[in-house]
Amino acid sequence: MYDGSDVRPPYRGLEGWSRDMPSELKAMKQSEAEALFRRIGITFAVYGEGGSPDRLIPFDMFPRVFSADEWHRLERGIKQRARALNAFLVDVYGRGEIVKAGRIPGRLVYQNEAYETAVCGFVPPKGVYSHIVGIDLVRTGPDEFFVLEDNCRTPSGVSYMLENREIMMRMFPQLFQHNRIAPVENYPGLLRRTLASVAPRKCEGEPRVVILTPGHYNSAYYEHSFLADMMGVELVEGADLFVEGDYCWMRTTEGPKRVDVIYRRIDDAFIDPLCFRPDSMLGVAGLMNVYRSGGVTICSAPGAGVADDKAIYTFVPEMVRFYLGEEPILNNVPTWQCAKSDDCKYVLEHLPELVVKEVHGSGGYGMLVGPKADRSTIDIFAEKIREKPWNYIAQPTLALSTCPTFVDEGIAPRHVDLRPYCLVGEQIELVPGGLTRVALKEGSLVVNSSQGGGVKDTWVMAE
Amino acid sequence: MLSRTAENLFWTARYIERAETNARLLEVGARNALIPNTGGGYRNEWDSVLQASGTAAAFAEKYGETVQRNIETWMFFDRDNPNSVTSCIERARENGRIVRTALTSQVWDVLNTAFAEVREFARQERSSLSLSDLTDWTLRTTALVRGSALNTQLRNDGNDFTNIGHYLERADSTARLLDVKYFVLLPTISHVGSGLDNYQWRTLLRAMSSNRAFNWAYGGEISPAKIVDFLVLNRACPRSLLSAVEGANDHLDRLARAYGRSTAAQTAVRGMVGELADMTVEDIFDEGLHEFLTRFILRVGALAGEVQRTYLSGEMR
Repeated sequence: MYDGSDVRPPYRGLEGWSRDMPSELKAMKQSEAEALFRRIGITFAVYGEGGSPDRLIPFDMFPRVFSADEWHRLERGIKQRARALNAFLVDVYGRGEIVKAGRIPGRLVYQNEAYETAVCGFVPPKGVYSHIVGIDLVRTGPDEFFVLEDNCRTPSGVSYMLENREIMMRMFPQLFQHNRIAPVENYPGLLRRTLASVAPRKCEGEPRVVILTPGHYNSAYYEHSFLADMMGVELVEGADLFVEGDYCWMRTTEGPKRVDVIYRRIDDAFIDPLCFRPDSMLGVAGLMNVYRSGGVTICSAPGAGVADDKAIYTFVPEMVRFYLGEEPILNNVPTWQCAKSDDCKYVLEHLPELVVKEVHGSGGYGMLVGPKADRSTIDIFAEKIREKPWNYIAQPTLALSTCPTFVDEGIAPRHVDLRPYCLVGEQIELVPGGLTRVALKEGSLVVNSSQGGGVKDTWVMAE
Repeated sequence: MLSRTAENLFWTARYIERAETNARLLEVGARNALIPNTGGGYRNEWDSVLQASGTAAAFAEKYGETVQRNIETWMFFDRDNPNSVTSCIERARENGRIVRTALTSQVWDVLNTAFAEVREFARQERSSLSLSDLTDWTLRTTALVRGSALNTQLRNDGNDFTNIGHYLERADSTARLLDVKYFVLLPTISHVGSGLDNYQWRTLLRAMSSNRAFNWAYGGEISPAKIVDFLVLNRACPRSLLSAVEGANDHLDRLARAYGRSTAAQTAVRGMVGELADMTVEDIFDEGLHEFLTRFILRVGALAGEVQRTYLSGEMR
């Protein structure tokens, strides 16, 4: 928010608001926000923690703000990256030019767990594998953004982007009168249009889109039902669908109805027990055959995960240059692959200053934040790395930007990241906003909701 | 609509109606327990309340003796009782949560708030909650769910499935409530006209929120024939068996029109309407009230099974 002691321009409209808000009003608004979240039913479950399945993600009322110029540059960088990732996916399931050109080691691609041989040689409609690309970014300086990771499969959290805005508008309408804030509410409409634009070859007429959820016990179920509701499409479970005569159908009270586009929120492994895990109860038997014969589109396409793997991540700037002939606008965080012995040696020597992550991990689990860890934790982790070096990558701890945040003592800086949601179909779209996650513990760099992180509304000022 | 969505709507409505029945049963039991018994002490009719709720065996296994406080716990709070008010509200809300997209935000809001409140009750000191608070709360909450659905839900097939669930559960519930007192409603010489039985009949009507309605409809003295007529055969009574079955019939008809085909479910419900419409109170007493009600409850179950098989299982072709 601050540039030295001056308030940075995009935050000027908030300075008086936050300074003049009496603490009682603040407390009242905070509990109002919580009551709203609870009534709407936005809750999440944390795997492996037990406790109430109806936990709320803490919401911080202080918005995170981008100027139109800042956003404009980000937007170009995000769209560029989304295009490159999709071009990469089409390539590696096709001719593999990038591997032949020696820009990415073939081993990392073809022996990757996320590489699906079942879709080799198949080009999905419009050449799109990843229809919703969530790119996790951190800021380290006025014009310096780093990409932490790409999410090409089914990035979650977009319901928070929309609901956080709804709640802010409801609680502080005057802020929206005095600041010109670009709206995000057209996201569900854009998502529906994106999904409809990749209807399969054999689709006739208006495509029927559905969302496939693992079910109401899933921690992101709220989001699945919220998106279905906002898009006006059916929310189905695997058992609601079946395959017959080269098409996919859903069971309705009037008999079977054909399904054209499936926005699936289940992992590849569960999509089709005949093709992937035979014990999957969440998928639809025979769906992959229908998919490959152009009877249904699956979004994101099976196999898209190979592009967001942490080992592939290092090569995304190379993809941008190779496929688009452009220089990457967004930087990667320098990354050491413990699989390489030189890198591994460096990592083990510098553990106290590095962040170490599992290659396939997510959710902030199984990671080491060197500067925050004590000696014994670091020693234990070093042992793990020596045991399975290929399972780990390491990155320097970045001087993450902070955003003013309401805390018990008043307003204090807390570290934030940003996940915008880029939509890729016939066109590439990005709504001006995203999910800002905030590490509520002082000094903490881990923003994951499962580890004590919260969320904020994200504003992009209109020009 | 998705068969599973229809199924969840159907069961949301049934659980809400069932929660209401349990609250009404509790009220009947509690009022009867205030009446002195002819043989000294107070009447204990909690057994018949448990019988009517269909959970007597499970109660006996868990608690043994029929003590009022245990019965209150069992019928309102106990999650081991699948029909307790708490169980019903939680399951209604869970079914509603699964089909959030098919509910308006008002309906969801009421369901979700009820869920939070019923959890809050469980945390409170029991002595601070009177039975009438609990039953009042239940009747108010279920009315809110019904009312907000009536005011805001689209009148589409989902609304039909909701209402079919609601009417089938209500038919079942009225039959069960009536069954609690079937023995005093039988026209045997010894009981008729005694002040005690008048009180019991009044209690039954009161539990159905129909005490004054009955006076307006019939006036004069209460008689078993009038009560049975009112609660079984009178179309003016919103909780009568005929009203409930006709309600289910209307919504099944709407479905048949909307989908352009009639099924075994429509045939079954028409058969029930036809039988009740032609019946007289004498027919019922000839058959035996208890026997009639038992047969009726089984037929309602069979009709619900037919709706399940036809529309909710996803096997429709």
